[in-house]
Amino acid sequence: MSESESLKQLPLKAMHERAGAKFAPFAGWEMPVSYPLGVLKEHLHTRERVGLFDISHMRLIDVRGTDAARLIGASCPVEAAGQAIGASKYTFLLNEHAGIIDDLIVTRLADDRFMIVANASRAAVDESHLRDIADGMDVALTALDRVFLALQGPQAAAVMESTGLEAGDLGFMSGFEPRPGWFVTRSGYTGEDGFEIALPLDRAEAFAENLVRDERVEWIGLAARDSLRLEAGLCLYGNDLDEETDPASAGLIWAVPKSLREGGPYAGATRLAGIIAAGPAEKRVGLQPEGRQPVRGGTELTDADGKPAGRITSGGFGPSVGHPVAMGYVRADLAQPETTLFADVRGKQVAMRVVKLPFIVKRSQKG
Amino acid sequence: MSAVSTTYYTEDHEWIRVENGVATVGITNYAQEQLGDLVFVDLPTPGATTSKGDTLVVVESVKAASDVFAPIDGEVQSVNEALTAEPGLVNSSPEGDGWLWSMSIADESQLDGLIDADAYQKTIA
Repeated sequence: MSESESLKQLPLKAMHERAGAKFAPFAGWEMPVSYPLGVLKEHLHTRERVGLFDISHMRLIDVRGTDAARLIGASCPVEAAGQAIGASKYTFLLNEHAGIIDDLIVTRLADDRFMIVANASRAAVDESHLRDIADGMDVALTALDRVFLALQGPQAAAVMESTGLEAGDLGFMSGFEPRPGWFVTRSGYTGEDGFEIALPLDRAEAFAENLVRDERVEWIGLAARDSLRLEAGLCLYGNDLDEETDPASAGLIWAVPKSLREGGPYAGATRLAGIIAAGPAEKRVGLQPEGRQPVRGGTELTDADGKPAGRITSGGFGPSVGHPVAMGYVRADLAQPETTLFADVRGKQVAMRVVKLPFIVKRSQKG
Repeated sequence: MSAVSTTYYTEDHEWIRVENGVATVGITNYAQEQLGDLVFVDLPTPGATTSKGDTLVVVESVKAASDVFAPIDGEVQSVNEALTAEPGLVNSSPEGDGWLWSMSIADESQLDGLIDADAYQKTIA
Protein backbone atom coordinates (compact mmCIF):
# COMPACT_ATOMS: atom_id res chain seq x y z
CA MET A 1 0.00 0.00 0.00
CA SER A 2 1.42 3.38 -0.97
CA GLU A 3 1.70 6.21 1.52
CA SER A 4 -1.13 8.21 -0.03
CA GLU A 5 -3.50 5.22 0.21
CA SER A 6 -2.85 4.84 3.92
CA LEU A 7 -3.37 8.56 4.65
CA LYS A 8 -6.67 9.71 6.07
CA GLN A 9 -8.62 11.97 3.74
CA LEU A 10 -10.48 15.14 4.71
CA PRO A 11 -14.25 14.96 4.17
CA LEU A 12 -14.01 18.18 2.10
CA LYS A 13 -11.07 16.95 -0.01
CA ALA A 14 -12.92 17.41 -3.32
CA MET A 15 -13.60 21.02 -2.39
CA HIS A 16 -9.91 21.65 -1.73
CA GLU A 17 -9.04 20.01 -5.05
CA ARG A 18 -11.48 22.30 -6.84
CA ALA A 19 -9.83 25.25 -5.06
CA GLY A 20 -6.47 24.16 -6.54
CA ALA A 21 -4.84 23.00 -3.30
CA LYS A 22 -1.48 21.28 -3.17
CA PHE A 23 -1.52 18.39 -0.70
CA ALA A 24 1.08 16.83 1.57
CA PRO A 25 1.01 14.31 4.41
CA PHE A 26 0.75 15.67 7.95
CA ALA A 27 0.11 13.60 11.09
CA GLY A 28 -1.33 10.74 9.05
CA TRP A 29 -3.63 12.95 6.98
CA GLU A 30 -3.42 14.22 3.43
CA MET A 31 -3.67 17.95 4.08
CA PRO A 32 -3.92 21.06 1.86
CA VAL A 33 -0.53 22.78 2.25
CA SER A 34 -1.21 25.76 0.03
CA TYR A 35 -3.62 27.10 -2.54
CA PRO A 36 -2.97 29.03 -5.78
CA LEU A 37 -2.72 32.29 -3.79
CA GLY A 38 0.60 31.01 -2.37
CA VAL A 39 1.91 30.80 1.19
CA LEU A 40 3.03 34.44 1.52
CA LYS A 41 -0.25 35.93 0.33
CA GLU A 42 -2.29 33.37 2.28
CA HIS A 43 -0.45 34.40 5.44
CA LEU A 44 -0.88 38.13 4.80
CA HIS A 45 -4.52 37.70 3.81
CA THR A 46 -5.25 36.09 7.18
CA ARG A 47 -3.65 39.02 9.03
CA GLU A 48 -5.48 41.58 6.91
CA ARG A 49 -8.87 39.97 6.26
CA VAL A 50 -10.07 36.40 6.91
CA GLY A 51 -8.53 32.99 6.33
CA LEU A 52 -10.50 29.72 6.28
CA PHE A 53 -8.60 26.61 7.38
CA ASP A 54 -9.75 23.00 7.22
CA ILE A 55 -8.53 21.53 10.52
CA SER A 56 -10.69 18.39 10.41
CA HIS A 57 -7.56 16.35 11.16
CA MET A 58 -7.77 17.60 14.76
CA ARG A 59 -9.64 15.33 17.15
CA LEU A 60 -12.77 16.39 19.01
CA ILE A 61 -13.40 14.28 22.09
CA ASP A 62 -16.75 14.58 23.85
CA VAL A 63 -16.41 13.88 27.60
CA ARG A 64 -19.71 13.15 29.30
CA GLY A 65 -20.81 11.83 32.70
CA THR A 66 -21.11 12.78 36.37
CA ASP A 67 -17.31 12.40 36.68
CA ALA A 68 -16.47 14.50 33.57
CA ALA A 69 -15.00 17.37 35.62
CA ARG A 70 -13.17 14.91 37.83
CA LEU A 71 -11.55 13.27 34.80
CA ILE A 72 -10.45 16.63 33.33
CA GLY A 73 -9.09 17.74 36.71
CA ALA A 74 -7.20 14.46 37.13
CA SER A 75 -5.67 14.69 33.64
CA CYS A 76 -4.86 18.37 33.18
CA PRO A 77 -3.60 21.21 35.42
CA VAL A 78 -6.93 23.08 35.30
CA GLU A 79 -9.59 23.83 37.90
CA ALA A 80 -12.15 21.78 36.02
CA ALA A 81 -14.71 21.65 38.82
CA GLY A 82 -14.83 25.44 38.94
CA GLN A 83 -14.59 26.00 35.18
CA ALA A 84 -17.55 28.08 34.03
CA ILE A 85 -19.91 26.59 31.46
CA GLY A 86 -18.85 28.04 28.11
CA ALA A 87 -15.25 28.70 29.16
CA SER A 88 -12.39 27.29 27.05
CA LYS A 89 -8.98 26.63 28.62
CA TYR A 90 -5.64 26.02 26.96
CA THR A 91 -4.08 23.14 28.89
CA PHE A 92 -2.11 19.90 28.54
CA LEU A 93 -2.12 16.22 29.34
CA LEU A 94 0.97 15.55 31.46
CA ASN A 95 2.80 12.33 32.16
CA GLU A 96 4.17 11.49 35.64
CA HIS A 97 7.37 13.43 34.84
CA ALA A 98 5.29 16.52 33.94
CA GLY A 99 6.20 15.92 30.29
CA ILE A 100 3.58 17.19 27.86
CA ILE A 101 1.64 14.33 26.24
CA ASP A 102 -0.40 16.84 24.23
CA ASP A 103 -1.61 20.42 24.37
CA LEU A 104 -5.38 20.87 24.24
CA ILE A 105 -8.28 23.26 24.34
CA VAL A 106 -10.87 22.08 26.86
CA THR A 107 -14.31 23.73 26.82
CA ARG A 108 -16.99 23.13 29.43
CA LEU A 109 -20.40 22.70 27.80
CA ALA A 110 -22.49 21.59 30.81
CA ASP A 111 -22.03 20.47 34.42
CA ASP A 112 -21.36 16.96 33.15
CA ARG A 113 -19.88 17.73 29.69
CA PHE A 114 -16.57 18.92 28.31
CA MET A 115 -15.22 19.07 24.76
CA ILE A 116 -11.53 18.42 24.17
CA VAL A 117 -9.76 19.54 20.99
CA ALA A 118 -6.59 17.45 20.56
CA ASN A 119 -3.77 17.35 18.02
CA ALA A 120 -4.13 14.85 15.18
CA SER A 121 -0.68 13.37 15.76
CA ARG A 122 -1.48 12.68 19.43
CA ALA A 123 -5.19 11.78 19.30
CA ALA A 124 -4.73 8.02 19.79
CA VAL A 125 -2.22 8.50 22.63
CA ASP A 126 -4.50 11.08 24.30
CA GLU A 127 -7.54 8.85 24.15
CA SER A 128 -5.77 5.88 25.65
CA HIS A 129 -4.21 8.06 28.38
CA LEU A 130 -7.61 9.57 29.24
CA ARG A 131 -9.27 6.13 29.29
CA ASP A 132 -6.62 4.89 31.73
CA ILE A 133 -7.32 7.78 34.11
CA ALA A 134 -11.11 7.39 33.59
CA ASP A 135 -11.02 3.77 34.75
CA GLY A 136 -13.69 3.36 37.43
CA MET A 137 -15.18 6.82 36.83
CA ASP A 138 -18.69 7.53 35.56
CA VAL A 139 -17.61 9.15 32.31
CA ALA A 140 -17.87 8.33 28.58
CA LEU A 141 -15.32 9.49 25.99
CA THR A 142 -16.48 9.76 22.38
CA ALA A 143 -14.33 10.83 19.43
CA LEU A 144 -16.58 12.86 17.14
CA ASP A 145 -16.77 12.69 13.36
CA ARG A 146 -17.02 16.30 12.27
CA VAL A 147 -15.72 18.72 9.73
CA PHE A 148 -13.70 21.25 11.69
CA LEU A 149 -12.98 24.69 10.23
CA ALA A 150 -11.04 27.68 11.56
CA LEU A 151 -12.03 31.17 10.50
CA GLN A 152 -9.23 33.57 11.44
CA GLY A 153 -8.50 37.24 10.91
CA PRO A 154 -9.56 40.76 11.85
CA GLN A 155 -12.80 40.46 9.86
CA ALA A 156 -13.66 36.96 11.13
CA ALA A 157 -16.37 38.23 13.48
CA ALA A 158 -18.04 40.18 10.67
CA VAL A 159 -17.98 37.12 8.40
CA MET A 160 -19.26 34.96 11.23
CA GLU A 161 -22.26 37.29 11.60
CA SER A 162 -23.28 36.47 8.01
CA THR A 163 -23.52 32.75 8.85
CA GLY A 164 -26.40 33.22 11.29
CA LEU A 165 -24.55 31.25 13.99
CA GLU A 166 -24.93 34.04 16.58
CA ALA A 167 -21.36 33.66 17.75
CA GLY A 168 -20.70 37.40 17.73
CA ASP A 169 -21.15 37.80 21.51
CA LEU A 170 -18.78 34.93 22.25
CA GLY A 171 -15.77 36.15 24.24
CA PHE A 172 -12.28 34.98 23.30
CA MET A 173 -11.58 31.49 24.71
CA SER A 174 -15.20 30.49 25.10
CA GLY A 175 -17.46 28.14 23.21
CA PHE A 176 -20.99 26.85 22.72
CA GLU A 177 -23.15 24.51 20.64
CA PRO A 178 -25.26 26.68 18.34
CA ARG A 179 -27.15 23.68 16.88
CA PRO A 180 -27.23 19.95 17.61
CA GLY A 181 -23.94 18.44 16.43
CA TRP A 182 -22.26 21.84 16.04
CA PHE A 183 -19.53 23.24 18.31
CA VAL A 184 -18.08 26.75 18.02
CA THR A 185 -15.30 28.41 20.02
CA ARG A 186 -13.78 31.83 19.72
CA SER A 187 -10.13 30.84 19.56
CA GLY A 188 -7.43 30.00 17.07
CA TYR A 189 -3.85 29.38 16.19
CA THR A 190 -2.83 32.50 14.30
CA GLY A 191 -2.66 35.33 16.87
CA GLU A 192 -5.74 36.86 15.25
CA ASP A 193 -9.32 37.03 16.40
CA GLY A 194 -11.30 34.10 15.07
CA PHE A 195 -13.47 31.05 15.49
CA GLU A 196 -13.18 27.29 15.30
CA ILE A 197 -16.34 25.64 14.00
CA ALA A 198 -17.10 21.92 14.16
CA LEU A 199 -20.14 20.79 12.23
CA PRO A 200 -21.80 17.61 10.90
CA LEU A 201 -20.35 16.20 7.68
CA ASP A 202 -23.61 16.54 5.74
CA ARG A 203 -23.79 20.28 6.43
CA ALA A 204 -20.13 21.10 5.93
CA GLU A 205 -19.79 21.57 2.20
CA ALA A 206 -22.68 24.04 1.92
CA PHE A 207 -21.41 25.93 4.97
CA ALA A 208 -17.84 26.16 3.65
CA GLU A 209 -19.02 27.08 0.13
CA ASN A 210 -21.01 29.91 1.65
CA LEU A 211 -17.95 31.17 3.54
CA VAL A 212 -15.57 31.12 0.55
CA ARG A 213 -18.14 32.90 -1.60
CA ASP A 214 -17.60 35.87 0.74
CA GLU A 215 -14.96 38.01 -0.98
CA ARG A 216 -13.21 38.63 2.37
CA VAL A 217 -12.49 34.90 2.82
CA GLU A 218 -9.71 32.77 1.26
CA TRP A 219 -8.76 29.13 1.86
CA ILE A 220 -5.46 28.98 3.77
CA GLY A 221 -3.18 25.93 3.80
CA LEU A 222 -1.08 24.25 6.45
CA ALA A 223 2.13 26.07 5.43
CA ALA A 224 0.68 29.50 6.20
CA ARG A 225 -0.97 28.10 9.35
CA ASP A 226 2.55 27.24 10.50
CA SER A 227 4.08 30.66 9.73
CA LEU A 228 1.09 32.41 11.34
CA ARG A 229 1.37 30.43 14.59
CA LEU A 230 5.16 30.85 14.68
CA GLU A 231 4.87 34.65 14.40
CA ALA A 232 2.27 34.47 17.18
CA GLY A 233 4.72 32.51 19.37
CA LEU A 234 2.39 29.50 19.59
CA CYS A 235 3.78 25.99 20.03
CA LEU A 236 3.47 23.13 17.55
CA TYR A 237 3.30 19.75 19.27
CA GLY A 238 6.10 17.53 17.97
CA ASN A 239 8.32 20.56 17.25
CA ASP A 240 8.16 22.80 20.31
CA LEU A 241 6.50 20.42 22.76
CA ASP A 242 6.95 16.72 23.43
CA GLU A 243 6.90 14.25 26.31
CA GLU A 244 10.37 15.42 27.40
CA THR A 245 9.16 19.02 27.71
CA ASP A 246 7.36 20.36 30.78
CA PRO A 247 5.09 23.43 30.96
CA ALA A 248 7.64 25.46 32.98
CA SER A 249 10.43 25.00 30.43
CA ALA A 250 7.96 25.67 27.62
CA GLY A 251 6.99 29.04 29.14
CA LEU A 252 3.39 27.88 29.48
CA ILE A 253 2.97 28.25 33.25
CA TRP A 254 0.48 31.06 32.57
CA ALA A 255 -1.90 28.24 31.59
CA VAL A 256 -1.53 26.55 35.01
CA PRO A 257 -3.70 28.21 37.72
CA LYS A 258 -1.64 29.46 40.70
CA SER A 259 -3.51 27.07 43.01
CA LEU A 260 -2.17 24.10 41.01
CA ARG A 261 1.49 25.10 40.77
CA GLU A 262 2.48 23.59 44.12
CA GLY A 263 0.58 20.37 43.60
CA GLY A 264 -2.85 19.10 42.67
CA PRO A 265 -4.94 16.10 41.69
CA TYR A 266 -3.56 15.94 38.11
CA ALA A 267 -0.94 13.55 36.73
CA GLY A 268 2.55 15.06 36.92
CA ALA A 269 1.58 17.59 39.63
CA THR A 270 4.38 16.71 42.07
CA ARG A 271 7.07 16.78 39.42
CA LEU A 272 5.78 20.06 37.93
CA ALA A 273 5.81 21.68 41.39
CA GLY A 274 9.42 20.54 41.79
CA ILE A 275 10.46 22.02 38.44
CA ILE A 276 8.70 25.31 39.21
CA ALA A 277 10.43 25.50 42.63
CA ALA A 278 13.91 24.72 41.27
CA GLY A 279 13.48 26.68 38.04
CA PRO A 280 13.69 24.92 34.67
CA ALA A 281 17.16 24.16 33.24
CA GLU A 282 16.06 25.30 29.78
CA LYS A 283 13.49 27.84 28.63
CA ARG A 284 11.59 28.33 25.41
CA VAL A 285 12.41 31.70 23.82
CA GLY A 286 11.90 33.59 20.60
CA LEU A 287 14.96 33.79 18.37
CA GLN A 288 15.53 36.23 15.55
CA PRO A 289 18.26 35.40 13.04
CA GLU A 290 20.45 38.28 11.93
CA GLY A 291 19.96 38.91 8.22
CA ARG A 292 17.56 37.23 5.84
CA GLN A 293 18.58 33.58 6.20
CA PRO A 294 15.82 31.45 7.78
CA VAL A 295 17.12 29.05 10.43
CA ARG A 296 15.02 25.90 10.67
CA GLY A 297 13.87 23.61 13.47
CA GLY A 298 16.47 21.06 14.56
CA THR A 299 19.42 23.49 14.31
CA GLU A 300 21.75 23.39 17.33
CA LEU A 301 22.73 26.62 19.10
CA THR A 302 25.99 27.62 20.76
CA ASP A 303 26.82 30.51 23.08
CA ALA A 304 29.51 33.17 22.57
CA ASP A 305 32.13 30.71 23.90
CA GLY A 306 31.09 27.99 21.45
CA LYS A 307 29.48 25.89 24.20
CA PRO A 308 26.14 24.12 23.61
CA ALA A 309 23.33 26.59 24.32
CA GLY A 310 20.21 24.78 23.12
CA ARG A 311 18.37 24.14 19.89
CA ILE A 312 15.84 25.64 17.54
CA THR A 313 12.51 23.81 17.52
CA SER A 314 10.63 25.89 14.92
CA GLY A 315 12.07 28.28 12.39
CA GLY A 316 11.07 29.90 9.15
CA PHE A 317 10.16 33.21 7.63
CA GLY A 318 7.59 35.60 9.07
CA PRO A 319 5.75 37.23 6.15
CA SER A 320 4.05 39.85 8.36
CA VAL A 321 7.23 40.89 10.17
CA GLY A 322 9.30 40.59 6.98
CA HIS A 323 12.23 38.71 8.48
CA PRO A 324 13.11 35.18 9.56
CA VAL A 325 11.64 34.04 12.88
CA ALA A 326 12.35 31.10 15.15
CA MET A 327 11.80 29.70 18.61
CA GLY A 328 13.69 27.16 20.60
CA TYR A 329 14.95 26.00 23.96
CA VAL A 330 18.05 27.58 25.48
CA ARG A 331 19.92 27.22 28.77
CA ALA A 332 18.08 29.22 31.45
CA ASP A 333 21.14 31.51 31.93
CA LEU A 334 20.94 32.48 28.23
CA ALA A 335 17.18 33.09 28.05
CA GLN A 336 17.29 36.87 28.66
CA PRO A 337 16.14 38.98 25.69
CA GLU A 338 19.00 40.49 23.66
CA THR A 339 21.33 37.56 24.41
CA THR A 340 23.18 36.61 21.22
CA LEU A 341 23.54 32.94 20.33
CA PHE A 342 24.86 31.25 17.21
CA ALA A 343 23.36 28.71 14.82
CA ASP A 344 25.35 26.64 12.38
CA VAL A 345 23.60 26.78 9.00
CA ARG A 346 25.37 24.69 6.38
CA GLY A 347 28.75 25.61 7.84
CA LYS A 348 27.96 29.32 8.26
CA GLN A 349 27.56 30.86 11.72
CA VAL A 350 24.31 32.83 11.93
CA ALA A 351 23.86 35.13 14.95
CA MET A 352 20.50 34.65 16.68
CA ARG A 353 19.11 37.24 19.08
CA VAL A 354 16.88 36.07 21.94
CA VAL A 355 13.63 38.05 21.69
CA LYS A 356 10.30 38.18 23.48
CA LEU A 357 7.44 36.23 21.95
CA PRO A 358 5.22 36.84 20.06
CA PHE A 359 6.82 38.47 17.00
CA ILE A 360 3.54 40.20 16.13
CA VAL A 361 1.07 42.17 18.20
CA LYS A 362 -1.68 39.65 18.87
CA ARG A 363 -5.22 40.73 18.16
CA SER A 364 -6.69 37.78 19.96
CA GLN A 365 -7.69 39.07 23.40
CA LYS A 366 -6.29 36.10 25.31
CA GLY A 367 -4.19 33.04 24.68
CA MET B 1 28.28 38.25 -33.93
CA SER B 2 25.10 37.18 -32.27
CA ALA B 3 25.51 34.58 -29.61
CA VAL B 4 24.03 31.16 -30.19
CA SER B 5 22.57 29.73 -27.03
CA THR B 6 21.44 26.23 -26.21
CA THR B 7 19.26 25.45 -23.21
CA TYR B 8 19.56 22.15 -21.40
CA TYR B 9 17.57 20.77 -18.48
CA THR B 10 18.09 18.30 -15.64
CA GLU B 11 15.66 15.92 -14.01
CA ASP B 12 16.29 17.93 -10.83
CA HIS B 13 14.31 20.78 -12.44
CA GLU B 14 17.21 23.03 -13.37
CA TRP B 15 17.83 24.78 -16.68
CA ILE B 16 21.32 25.47 -18.06
CA ARG B 17 21.71 28.06 -20.82
CA VAL B 18 25.06 27.76 -22.62
CA GLU B 19 26.26 30.86 -24.42
CA ASN B 20 29.84 31.63 -25.49
CA GLY B 21 31.21 28.82 -23.37
CA VAL B 22 29.48 30.03 -20.19
CA ALA B 23 26.62 28.17 -18.50
CA THR B 24 23.88 30.14 -16.73
CA VAL B 25 21.83 28.06 -14.30
CA GLY B 26 18.41 28.46 -12.72
CA ILE B 27 15.37 26.45 -11.67
CA THR B 28 12.42 25.74 -13.93
CA ASN B 29 8.96 27.21 -13.72
CA TYR B 30 7.71 23.82 -12.54
CA ALA B 31 10.27 23.85 -9.72
CA GLN B 32 9.32 27.33 -8.51
CA GLU B 33 5.64 26.35 -8.57
CA GLN B 34 6.40 23.35 -6.39
CA LEU B 35 8.53 25.36 -3.95
CA GLY B 36 6.16 28.29 -3.57
CA ASP B 37 7.17 31.82 -2.62
CA LEU B 38 10.91 32.06 -2.00
CA VAL B 39 12.11 34.23 0.88
CA PHE B 40 15.87 33.63 0.71
CA VAL B 41 18.44 32.40 -1.81
CA ASP B 42 21.77 31.26 -0.40
CA LEU B 43 24.21 32.00 -3.27
CA PRO B 44 27.76 30.71 -3.76
CA THR B 45 30.89 32.85 -3.92
CA PRO B 46 32.19 33.72 -7.39
CA GLY B 47 35.44 31.85 -8.03
CA ALA B 48 34.28 28.74 -6.17
CA THR B 49 35.03 25.54 -8.04
CA THR B 50 32.29 22.98 -8.06
CA SER B 51 31.66 19.44 -9.22
CA LYS B 52 28.54 18.02 -10.81
CA GLY B 53 26.11 17.03 -8.04
CA ASP B 54 27.45 19.45 -5.38
CA THR B 55 24.88 21.57 -3.56
CA LEU B 56 25.68 25.04 -4.82
CA VAL B 57 22.60 27.06 -3.92
CA VAL B 58 19.91 26.65 -1.29
CA VAL B 59 16.53 28.20 -2.03
CA GLU B 60 14.30 28.78 0.97
CA SER B 61 10.53 29.13 0.91
CA VAL B 62 8.43 30.17 3.92
CA LYS B 63 8.24 26.50 4.83
CA ALA B 64 11.40 24.69 3.73
CA ALA B 65 14.92 24.80 2.31
CA SER B 66 15.74 23.01 -0.96
CA ASP B 67 19.12 22.28 -2.53
CA VAL B 68 20.08 23.27 -6.07
CA PHE B 69 22.91 21.14 -7.46
CA ALA B 70 25.74 21.99 -9.83
CA PRO B 71 24.67 20.33 -13.12
CA ILE B 72 28.29 20.14 -14.41
CA ASP B 73 31.88 20.70 -13.20
CA GLY B 74 33.24 24.25 -13.42
CA GLU B 75 33.99 27.51 -11.65
CA VAL B 76 31.32 29.96 -10.48
CA GLN B 77 31.73 33.18 -12.46
CA SER B 78 28.89 35.36 -11.24
CA VAL B 79 25.80 35.12 -9.06
CA ASN B 80 22.47 36.93 -9.36
CA GLU B 81 22.93 39.57 -6.65
CA ALA B 82 19.40 40.91 -7.29
CA LEU B 83 18.04 37.84 -5.49
CA THR B 84 19.49 39.04 -2.17
CA ALA B 85 16.96 41.85 -2.03
CA GLU B 86 14.28 40.18 -4.13
CA PRO B 87 14.26 36.37 -3.88
CA GLY B 88 10.75 36.40 -5.39
CA LEU B 89 12.33 37.01 -8.83
CA VAL B 90 12.85 33.25 -8.97
CA ASN B 91 9.06 32.86 -8.72
CA SER B 92 8.11 35.66 -11.08
CA SER B 93 10.78 34.99 -13.72
CA PRO B 94 12.41 31.62 -13.10
CA GLU B 95 14.04 31.31 -16.53
CA GLY B 96 14.83 35.04 -16.88
CA ASP B 97 15.59 37.61 -14.15
CA GLY B 98 15.47 34.83 -11.57
CA TRP B 99 18.63 33.06 -12.80
CA LEU B 100 20.90 31.83 -9.99
CA TRP B 101 24.54 31.70 -11.11
CA SER B 102 26.81 31.43 -14.15
CA MET B 103 29.78 29.11 -14.41
CA SER B 104 32.56 27.93 -16.70
CA ILE B 105 32.26 24.54 -18.35
CA ALA B 106 35.19 22.33 -17.31
CA ASP B 107 34.17 19.38 -19.43
CA GLU B 108 31.97 19.98 -22.51
CA SER B 109 31.11 16.28 -22.67
CA GLN B 110 29.08 16.59 -19.45
CA LEU B 111 26.54 18.64 -21.43
CA ASP B 112 25.69 15.47 -23.36
CA GLY B 113 24.37 13.99 -20.13
CA LEU B 114 21.74 16.75 -19.81
CA ILE B 115 18.29 16.60 -21.38
CA ASP B 116 16.53 18.93 -23.83
CA ALA B 117 13.28 20.83 -23.31
CA ASP B 118 11.09 18.09 -24.80
CA ALA B 119 12.63 15.39 -22.66
CA TYR B 120 12.28 17.62 -19.58
CA GLN B 121 8.60 18.31 -20.33
CA LYS B 122 8.04 14.55 -20.41
CA THR B 123 9.54 14.16 -16.93
CA ILE B 124 7.02 16.59 -15.41
CA ALA B 125 4.00 15.54 -17.51
